[in-house]
Amino acid sequence: MTYKRHVDRLPIPPKDAKVHNVVCHYCIVGCGYHALSWDVNKQGGTSAAQNAFGVDLGKQQDADAAGWFSPSMYNIVKQDGRDVHLVVMPDKACEVNSGLGSIRGSRIAELSHSAATGTQGQRLTAPLVYRYSGLVPTSWDDAFDLVAEVTRRVVEEQGEDGLIVSAFDHGGAGGGYENTWATGKLYFESMKVKNIRIHNRPAYNSEVHATRDMGVGELNNCYEDAELSDTIFAVGTNALETQTNYFLNHWVPNLRGTSAAKKKQQMADEPHEPARIVIVDPRRTVTVTACEIEAGKDRVLHLALNPGTDLVLFNALMTEIAAEGWVDRDFIQAHTAGYDEMLAANKVSIDEAVGITGLSADQIRKAAAWIAEPKAGKRRRTMFAYEKGLIWGNDNYRTNGALVNVALATGNVGRAGGGCVRMGGHQEGYVRPSDAHVGRPAAYVDQLIIAGKGGVHHIWACDHFKTTLNADQFRQAYKKRTDLVKYAMAAVPYGDREATIKAIMDAIRQGGLFSVDVDIVPTKISECAHVVLPAATSGEMNLTSMNGERRMRLTERYMDPPGQAKPDCLIVAGLAQALEKSWRAAGKPEIADKFKGYDWKSDEDAFMDGYHLHADGGEFVTYDRLRAMGTNGFQEPATAFQDGKIIGTKRLFADGKFKGKDGMAKFMATPWRGLQAEGKQAEKEKFPFLINNGRANHVWQSVYLDQYNEFVMDRFPLPFLEMHPDDMAGLGVGAGDLVEIYNDNGSTQAMVYPTPSAKPKQTFMLFAFPTGVQGNVVSKGVNEFIIPNYKQTWAAIRKITSAPEVTRHMSFKSQQQTVA
Amino acid sequence: MKSCDRLVDAGRRSFLSGSATAALGGVAAATLPARPAAGTEPLARVTYPANRIGNVKDLKVDQPIDITYPDKESPGVLIKLGVKVEGGVGPDGDIVAFSTLCPHKGYPLRYVAEDKTLNCPAHYSRFDCELGGQEIWGHATQNLPKFHLSIDAKGDIHAEAVDELIYGRLSNVLRA
Repeated sequence: MTYKRHVDRLPIPPKDAKVHNVVCHYCIVGCGYHALSWDVNKQGGTSAAQNAFGVDLGKQQDADAAGWFSPSMYNIVKQDGRDVHLVVMPDKACEVNSGLGSIRGSRIAELSHSAATGTQGQRLTAPLVYRYSGLVPTSWDDAFDLVAEVTRRVVEEQGEDGLIVSAFDHGGAGGGYENTWATGKLYFESMKVKNIRIHNRPAYNSEVHATRDMGVGELNNCYEDAELSDTIFAVGTNALETQTNYFLNHWVPNLRGTSAAKKKQQMADEPHEPARIVIVDPRRTVTVTACEIEAGKDRVLHLALNPGTDLVLFNALMTEIAAEGWVDRDFIQAHTAGYDEMLAANKVSIDEAVGITGLSADQIRKAAAWIAEPKAGKRRRTMFAYEKGLIWGNDNYRTNGALVNVALATGNVGRAGGGCVRMGGHQEGYVRPSDAHVGRPAAYVDQLIIAGKGGVHHIWACDHFKTTLNADQFRQAYKKRTDLVKYAMAAVPYGDREATIKAIMDAIRQGGLFSVDVDIVPTKISECAHVVLPAATSGEMNLTSMNGERRMRLTERYMDPPGQAKPDCLIVAGLAQALEKSWRAAGKPEIADKFKGYDWKSDEDAFMDGYHLHADGGEFVTYDRLRAMGTNGFQEPATAFQDGKIIGTKRLFADGKFKGKDGMAKFMATPWRGLQAEGKQAEKEKFPFLINNGRANHVWQSVYLDQYNEFVMDRFPLPFLEMHPDDMAGLGVGAGDLVEIYNDNGSTQAMVYPTPSAKPKQTFMLFAFPTGVQGNVVSKGVNEFIIPNYKQTWAAIRKITSAPEVTRHMSFKSQQQTVA
Repeated sequence: MKSCDRLVDAGRRSFLSGSATAALGGVAAATLPARPAAGTEPLARVTYPANRIGNVKDLKVDQPIDITYPDKESPGVLIKLGVKVEGGVGPDGDIVAFSTLCPHKGYPLRYVAEDKTLNCPAHYSRFDCELGGQEIWGHATQNLPKFHLSIDAKGDIHAEAVDELIYGRLSNVLRA
């Protein structure tokens, strides 16, 4: 039976409840929330004078009420050592979400650690070390000392290349400016670590190298531009599920036509209609359906192209737009370089594009017209938005460049209703010392680990076993190498530090790897770790980040971290100090001195050392000023502090000055070269099913919190595999049946979700799920800058068992409404 | 031992009544507010009314009837699904009732007979009426509140309780 909480009443926040600013730490949109907290033994009342909302709670409230919160928005947590009631609810005054809460963000409270209610009991509460055949609690000093002693010895023997690092580089949970600065300072300033990888990906690189190389930073517009555009051109982004409230609060008004007044007011000299939208996605997503509901089918163009052929489409659009004379010649002349060369190199006829993409000539011509055909003599305003369908798809670099070409040629960067932007996953939060020493292409770190290189591995909030490519082989190699060290550690008494370190180093010399994992919860990879360090997350520390329109806010600390957990930046400080001590004791004071400068006592100290001193405009930004700016914050970069407010930047490149040579944006030659990553074409020919993959609305990221949330696990106990009913008949499988997905890279499992709108032989699997890792079947093939291609994966499928018990209560009805 | 027993007994009474002050009983009665009148003590759960919301003979398959429960401010639907479901009542075990305020933002849900779902016109959420209101897709962080039903000898259908918090109220029964 479907999970029900049987909650029929919730405590009422009293008038004097504390209110903290919160930005949802899950996705890049960064919706504004408020955390209300009050003493566990107090409560407000239903009359307006007795509660924090100032409304009569004895009455039924209307839709979009500011005074209602759901059971998932409530918990009992520790605050300064005392039990308090906590409500984390959307903030109506935040311009990003205007009071909307997603199925993820509206569970911030329920996904908090609570000893009282038992939520997130999985959280790490103490440093753990491997001894006596398991991970057991120890002190911070003991853990830091062990990590520093082993790390220093590995660096002495192998150089800094012997230290392999996996680290976040983003904002939000498991990141933020404080923590990204701290890890950057340790590995790029105190050391010059080259063998470092980011988050899910196997190298230290940008997923949007091309747009940056063209002088066009990838987050260059504001969310309001989606309300102002004539056309939205969306590529490989399922915005309704993955940037939910950006879509609902800024795209939908334009599709419905309710942003008309705003358009007229800001752009008075041109005609306006509700937006049209072009969606480039091989799959019919809920986003496509929602757009059709809002705008009508005649204003939605879904280009369900052959997977991985986006580049050809963009080059064909560029060719067509140029042939029609719809380019912005003045803009090209004044602000760009290399247009003619690009146009010649990328020329693709409509016929060629039809053959490769599988689209019709009419569809391609219509898309070109919707992007660039002038409206009553005025330039059409088109916003280009792309995400993992492009970024994690075929030929990342050139495809990204091909799209930016179209945006630049039509003058759609730096102007109202325009922009050429990635939609993003996490929030951002990157300020670090120079990473120039890492080089380009950066080292393919996963392959180094598989090949037995390196001796010690520091992991910061990454779970490779769930999120990397080639995950099956990576996990096998990793387990083997870390087991070598475990066997060695188990053979000596832990209390004999000298003997323990000798055993570890001997094992490393025989191919072992010493693994140190910093995270908020036990992960799949931490099962292999020898030291696990407990971190705090957003709300348990002060944390700053920026969203997809560069909107920077401070999430205030409103509760205590569990047990001894602490902010990553302070873990960095402790580790740096232990390394300084170790190098000094080893008689290397010149190296020890490099680890000075970590005498931070708080998250704010790390912020001031990092963002305030090093970010563009950072000198105008402090915690106090951010606190006063609330959930609206400001848009980076800051340019001044005036009248008590930080002054930001609504759009980048509004002055026409780009980041290329002489302030110009640079076009890029991006000719088509088929399935670019090594082995992909052969895999396509050998295996029958496309295993496309991505996210689901219900879950955040790699499910690290949701895996212990009854509401979510009741809905999706296993990763789903969307499959056309004809394919199901061919395989002899029914709804909820467990299938194996396998190819030459590895194997994994999923449950079948019947999906009539899926194309035959094109399945779609939930990514990064703990009970079935899609990455197991993704090949090691990458692009020239070591960017994975998860999306173009082919495999065979076979039945494992009929619907297991956990799937039998599940609804397998269509996740999409019917368009009238 | 005797005083201990009394304390245990007092504690039990306190737990059952939901009133911490009751535990102190006569000891400090002079300095404490008067106890609530019998039958009005606050309880751990809200007390639901049992309301007649329809009769079996009025129902036709897939033709939902608008109802309200637990009070007139809380709209819902009474549906005969035509398929026996867990928690369904009536001779065919196929009668169910749900709140129709979407637990995301409170917009009114619409019944789609083709697949027996309740759908939100505002933000595209969908709930499965055959599976207790399971959210098939959507933004709500709870499955749809279902009204528990019983049927008497005359075929009258009564709603008696709710299994999730209804949108727009912090107590399912207002002014409880």
